[in-house]
Amino acid sequence: MGGSSGMTITTARLLRAVTLVVLLIFLFRPETFEPMLALLVANNAPAIYNQGSLLSLTISHLAIAIAATAAAALISVGFAILVTRDFGREFLPLSRSVANIGQTFPPVAVLALAVPIVGFGTKPTLIALFLYALLPIFENALTGLTGLAPTVREAARGVGMTGFQRLLRVELPLAFPVILTGIRLAFVISLGTATIGSTVAAPTLGEVIIAGLLSSNTAFVLQGGIIVAALAVLSYDGLTALERLTARRTGRVATAV
Amino acid sequence: MIDIEHITKRYGEEAVVDDVSMTVERGKVAVIVGTSGSGKTTLLRMVNRLVEPSEGRILIDGKDTHEIPGHLLRRQIGYAIQGHGLFPHRTVAENIATVPKLAGWEKRRIDDRVDELMTLFQLEPSQYRDRHPGELSGGQQQRVGVARALAAEPDVLLMDEPFGALDPIIRAKAQDDLLEIQRRFETTVLLVTHDMDEAMRLGDQIAVMAEGKIVQYADPATLLVKPASEFVDNLVGTADRPFRLLSLRKVGDIVEPGSSEGEPVQPATSLREAYANMLWQGRDTLPVVDDQGNALGRVRMDAISPWAARPA
Repeated sequence: MGGSSGMTITTARLLRAVTLVVLLIFLFRPETFEPMLALLVANNAPAIYNQGSLLSLTISHLAIAIAATAAAALISVGFAILVTRDFGREFLPLSRSVANIGQTFPPVAVLALAVPIVGFGTKPTLIALFLYALLPIFENALTGLTGLAPTVREAARGVGMTGFQRLLRVELPLAFPVILTGIRLAFVISLGTATIGSTVAAPTLGEVIIAGLLSSNTAFVLQGGIIVAALAVLSYDGLTALERLTARRTGRVATAV
Repeated sequence: MIDIEHITKRYGEEAVVDDVSMTVERGKVAVIVGTSGSGKTTLLRMVNRLVEPSEGRILIDGKDTHEIPGHLLRRQIGYAIQGHGLFPHRTVAENIATVPKLAGWEKRRIDDRVDELMTLFQLEPSQYRDRHPGELSGGQQQRVGVARALAAEPDVLLMDEPFGALDPIIRAKAQDDLLEIQRRFETTVLLVTHDMDEAMRLGDQIAVMAEGKIVQYADPATLLVKPASEFVDNLVGTADRPFRLLSLRKVGDIVEPGSSEGEPVQPATSLREAYANMLWQGRDTLPVVDDQGNALGRVRMDAISPWAARPA
């Protein structure tokens, strides 16, 4: 049992490493894959995206997703902290419904609505991703902050910590792995959703896919999609590993693993 | 010393604690016994102001607890609870150091204190200092919980069912350890339990609580022989009463000159235990020896029996 699960972990690690290496080669030396992708195009159409650098599109794609998720994390965790304090508890239902609204709006609709207000480019995409990331992070932060063992909460008061000390030294550290789960979910969703940002001229990998769709170039569609997928899988794995590490440090799985 | 003066706690119309007054002398152990819902935990939590009283006041060593902010008050009062409440993300040493750190002790002093307490609670510092609570047994977690409560050298220690989660054998050991450490530091202890045996074992004074009021506050022997009401009478248990009386006395109190056959007992042995040994060995007398095994005399069953009887 232990041997076989050890094997699975090694295989998974190997797969991840291979994915990362292939992705990096593709980004820095896309021509390496030209013969393979050329099979998918007809009429001597280009097999590798040629209207911009795949590397710089990937970087700006990542940057947009990171910026939107980070802003959402800051706001969501901040609000989750506020509404779990004694003075803020009455705002809990309100903040929940605001975050829910953010989640109900389809990102495409947000893009459409944002363009007339902030114009074309990166801004509407950032807004859509930000709104979409609020709820998962907020809900997880709430779960983490309210899910502490009552005895731990009681002890933190009993030893004479102030409200701020309890938050900083006990509640946040213990809630951190759960908050991180919310951030992971939000970030992976953002990576996928960022592709539609290209419809309003945001520099993301959606450009590659859209260019492929417009010119019936399957190779373009495929390479755009695969890069986004690889980014999502790798970030998902990386953040999961980080969660495990922090969860172990908070003693939640002290004997497991 | 803890002075509780006419303390009342109301939630809405209902008084959970109703005009309670009691005094715990310096260096003594007072136990509050009661069924669940009797208000005993609320009473305890008002001492360190985890619950704010509706009326009345509490003095610690003559000072009104309302004169300083709640969190500063709580740093001066040890607090140990059922299920220990250790911080799972902190090591054993960090857990114990919590209050000294909050109080701004120097690192050296904190380290020394942590080592002292760990040794006292039979947790080898080099082995356990850096472990997390999740890696300890229930008994060890409980000891760390009490060590944390005592870390900043409080004069007063509050305990809410501290041994409730332990199995009987470990519980008895934890109770003995608590008494030993309490005597050593001369800590004033106020402890809440629903277990009358625990109360008898630990308390210099026992307060029996029901429906928010203290029904009787007396030493264990008085509680047994002069229960203030039928409720107290039922709580101390009529069938066990003679044996509980015996458990309050030691062999040393009635040792007499002479010799005897049989397994020896020590002066610190309770009369209850000595009596049980006699019955088990089928003897009327047992030899009494000290720690080193020197003969001190003997103890007779006839001399024990009167201590189990209702006083005239």
